[in-house]
Formats: sequence, C-alpha cells, structure tokens
Amino acid sequence: MAKTYLSYNNIMSSLGFDSQSVVEAIENEKTGLAVINNKGLFSQPICASIIDPKHLEKVSIQLHLDDSYTRLEKMMIASLHAIIKKSNLELNENVGLIISTTKGNIDALEATSEFPHHRAYLNELGTVIKSYFAFKNDAIIVSNACVSGLLAISVANRYIQQGVYQQVFIVGGDLVSEFVLSGFNSFQALSNMPCKPYSINRAGINLGEVAASILVTSDENQLADESVELIGEASCNDANHISGPSRTGEGLYRSISKAMEEANVQAEELDYISAHGTATFFNDEMEAIAINRLNLQEVPLNSLKGYFGHTLGASGLLETIIGMHSLYRNTLFASAGYDSLGVSKPMNIIKKTTKRNLNIFLKTASGFGGCNTAAIFKKVRT
Amino acid sequence: MNQTYYIHSYCHIKKNTVSLNGQTVFYSEDQEFSRFIKSAAIHLETKYPKFYKMDNLSKLAFLASDILLKENASQSSEPENIAIVLSNKASSLDTDRKHQISISDKDNYYPSPSIFVYTLPNICIGEISIKHQLHSENSFFIFDKFSANHLHINTEYLLKNKKAKKVLCGWVDFDDKNYEAFLYLVSESGNIAHSPEEIDGLFQNK
Repeated sequence: MAKTYLSYNNIMSSLGFDSQSVVEAIENEKTGLAVINNKGLFSQPICASIIDPKHLEKVSIQLHLDDSYTRLEKMMIASLHAIIKKSNLELNENVGLIISTTKGNIDALEATSEFPHHRAYLNELGTVIKSYFAFKNDAIIVSNACVSGLLAISVANRYIQQGVYQQVFIVGGDLVSEFVLSGFNSFQALSNMPCKPYSINRAGINLGEVAASILVTSDENQLADESVELIGEASCNDANHISGPSRTGEGLYRSISKAMEEANVQAEELDYISAHGTATFFNDEMEAIAINRLNLQEVPLNSLKGYFGHTLGASGLLETIIGMHSLYRNTLFASAGYDSLGVSKPMNIIKKTTKRNLNIFLKTASGFGGCNTAAIFKKVRT
Repeated sequence: MNQTYYIHSYCHIKKNTVSLNGQTVFYSEDQEFSRFIKSAAIHLETKYPKFYKMDNLSKLAFLASDILLKENASQSSEPENIAIVLSNKASSLDTDRKHQISISDKDNYYPSPSIFVYTLPNICIGEISIKHQLHSENSFFIFDKFSANHLHINTEYLLKNKKAKKVLCGWVDFDDKNYEAFLYLVSESGNIAHSPEEIDGLFQNK
C-alpha cells in the first residue's frame, strides 16, 4: 500500500497569510479573535476572527482576481495558489482537487449580494476554482459539517490508495456570515468574548474564517520540511442526535479507537491531541468522556478555537496544519482561553506553550449530524 | 485476494414514484412533495414519528434508505457496519433558503434552531444513522451531476479496507420543487456487479 503524506500547506487567516506567520503568532500566544461591531454583518457585536479585507484585496489584485470572484473564492484561490506554486506540480490528470466547505458562497443568498443566487451552489464554487488553475479533474466537494476539513484528508487518501490520483490538493474555507451567525445565535451558542474551550468559565463558541490548503501526496519527492504521514483515520457516527453530541462520546470514541488500530499505535505513543474543543458545554464534555474511555486523559491536548474561532469546513484542515508545524517545532501550543477544568473528567490541557519532543499526533473533529473524524499523523523526518 | 462487490439492491424516488429494484412499490397522482412523501411513508410502513419533523432532503434520503435497510435487516441484534456515502448538487439549499428568509427582514426576524440544523447536507445521514443505529463511516459529496465514478471509488476503498461491511450510497437531491433519490446498497453478495457502468445504467433506467 502506498504511503500518504501531507506536504505543502497554507493558511490565510486573521493571524497571517501563510502557515509560517500564523504558527509564529500562535507560538507567541496571539489570538486572531476580536470583538467586531459591524451592523452590516450582524445586528449585535460578535467576537470572531475575520480576514483583513484590505490585505485580501491586495493579494487578489496580484492574482488578477477581479470582482467577478466572491470573497470566499478569493480567499481559497489565494491560499491554493501559494502551495501549487511551491509544489511546482503540473496539474495533469493524476492531480485531484478537493474542496471542503460547509456553506460555501452562502452570502450569495442575501438580497443585497452583488452575486446571483446560483453562486450559492457549491458545485459552482468548485468550477470557479478548477477553472482558475485549469485543473484537469473536476473538484470533489466534501460537505460533511464540521468534520469536512479533516474528512477531506481521509477522502484524498482514498483516491490515492485506489490509484485514481497521485496527488490531491485540498482547499478548505467558510465565511463568517450572517447566515451562520444567526443560526448559532438561535442556539444561544455564541460567546461575545474570546472562547474558552474546556474551561469552567466558558460561554460558548466564536466563529472564524480562514482558507487553508494542503497537498496530499504519495510521492516522496514532493515533501515539505513539515511533512507528516497519515498513519490511521476513521469516521464514525454517533447515531444519537442530529444537533447534540452523544453523552457517551460514542462516535468519537469509535473513531479514535479505529484510527489507533489502523495506525497500530498505543495510547503512550501519542504525543499530542489536537481536539475539536468548540467551547460549548456539551461538546467539551463529550470529548472529555471519549478521551477518558480511551485512557488518553494524560496526553497533552489543546483546542485551537481560542486562536481562530470555529472555522467550520476549514477547521479540521487548519488545525491539522498547525499540528504538523507543532511536531517539527517540537512545541505544544497553549490551549488559548483555558484556565481551570470545566468538564467532568480529567484532561491534560496545555496551559503554557512548552518545548517537548514530538513525533505522533491525533487530530479529532465532531459536528452536527452526529459525525466524528479522527486521524493520526507521524513525522517523516525525526 | 481481490474481493469483488455487488449491488445488492437499489431504490429510486422521483416523479411521484417509489421503486425498489426497478419495480414500482408506490405511486401517487399527487405531485406536491410533502403530501407525496407522507403518503409514501404510510404506504411503505415507515413508522417513525421523527420522520415528520425532518426537512425535505432528509425525508427523501430517509425513506429511500429505510426501504433498502428494512429489506436488508439481519436477524442479529448487533447492527451491521454499513457505511453511508451520499451526494447531490443542491446541498441543503432548500432549507438554506428557508433560513435565509427567516433572517431577511429585521422587523420579522425569526431564525430557528430546528430549521438551522438542517442547513447541512449530511444531517440526512445523521437521521438514517440514528434510525438504524449505524455508528459507521459517513461522507457527503457535492457534484454538478450524478457521478457513478466518484461513488464507486469511495465505496470500493471503504469495503476493500474493511472500513465497512456494506455501503449505502447514491444521490439524493432536493431543489425547489424538484427531487430525486437513487440509493443502492453494495455488499459481498448480489446479482449486479459493482461497477461505474452498472451504477450509471441503474441510475438512468428508472
């Protein structure tokens, strides 16, 4: 069986427009979240991480992205452009394109949108991105709630293992839109302060927007300095509730345990867990239960939502990229916003950014519809 | 060893008709979706109160899967490992438009969690998983049209790598008043080869 690696990567976010500067900001425990009072976006102040429109405009001009491209398309194309260039790959029939998003250009449904409503169709987003770069293959769009970004890596692996593609570019992205803000607000799930995953003082989630992209490859000549190998993955449904996580963490428990089985790793071999940690009571509690059922409560763990908010369809991919850099920097990043434990089971939440030899990490994600995904990654260079 | 897989059974729901393995099992003159799907569910004995709370996309996906999974039901009490791989074009846009209407007028602003939760296409997979207690692999894809090829690649990978024993897959699309479901169950037994050509043939035939 071919090995599957994660290679060149990019993050466009409020913390910077490339992985390097974003990771450095996190290393310095700088958050991208801020209180935003923009009546055009939402009727009340929100705490979110938003990409600087001026900076995005500058990049868009360089890439000849005029106003026929939506904001999300500009973000995604700019992110993908950076890694296609770095990889220097010819985009032939052996190269696939996966897009992970939950809502795509959902803002095209707004009455005031400059774009026609049909731009909200996700396949149109796929066509725009495919055409810009002249990919030979149509975009495969993964839209599986908040696990999309991590599941996209599992899906890329399927196409590589089935011998369909040798390389797959993934780009993930979602906007902070009135559509999503109003929905989460109707659940009374939004916090108007920076979120505090796993903390007793948590007050709900923040939303955030990023575009993140990565090259998934089986070619050892296409590796980046921070490349990792995908050694195990699984997705399991809770089969319990469409909007609330399982009280027993069943789907997450099964996902992690199957991923560990496939990776053939034991609990003590996991150096770090990059968890989902949305900072809602039910999510955080569910994760604590699953982690304890697996006897992983000693493994250092963080949620990166305190840096970016919840970036929906991009979050799993974004947080995997941070995890790759975390391994090669041999650094455990502090779980922003955490102070004292607010779940019913013990967890080893990273309080301070710490140097530590790291080799293998587990990334998890959970979402509406009862979906859960777990994936395990290992350093290529030690 | 190179295991081969088969299409065990398939179900279409479109044009006021429900069919199983090419045979019509329900037809109604009524072209309005919510009345049609309700009478189909009653006729096909899908007794599940939660069905009536679902959005259109979930009702469509749920009924088609229920027909296939009811027929497949094993004697064992342990649920089978049946993965779900679904796809469509319109994602959850039918419900997205409803949520958008609820937030369009600041003087009549009524976003609701019970609508918002259905603004994701994979919620229908959650509904199917709950009913049939499937703690299995699930993925939802968006394509501009039905793609036997992509479904085939994902399904073969899941089966060959023992990620699932069977895979429930297909197309389930709801857009404005237009709807179409074509779901099929892939397993180690059956009479129709699991190939993109066969899948395309079944999709187009009825």
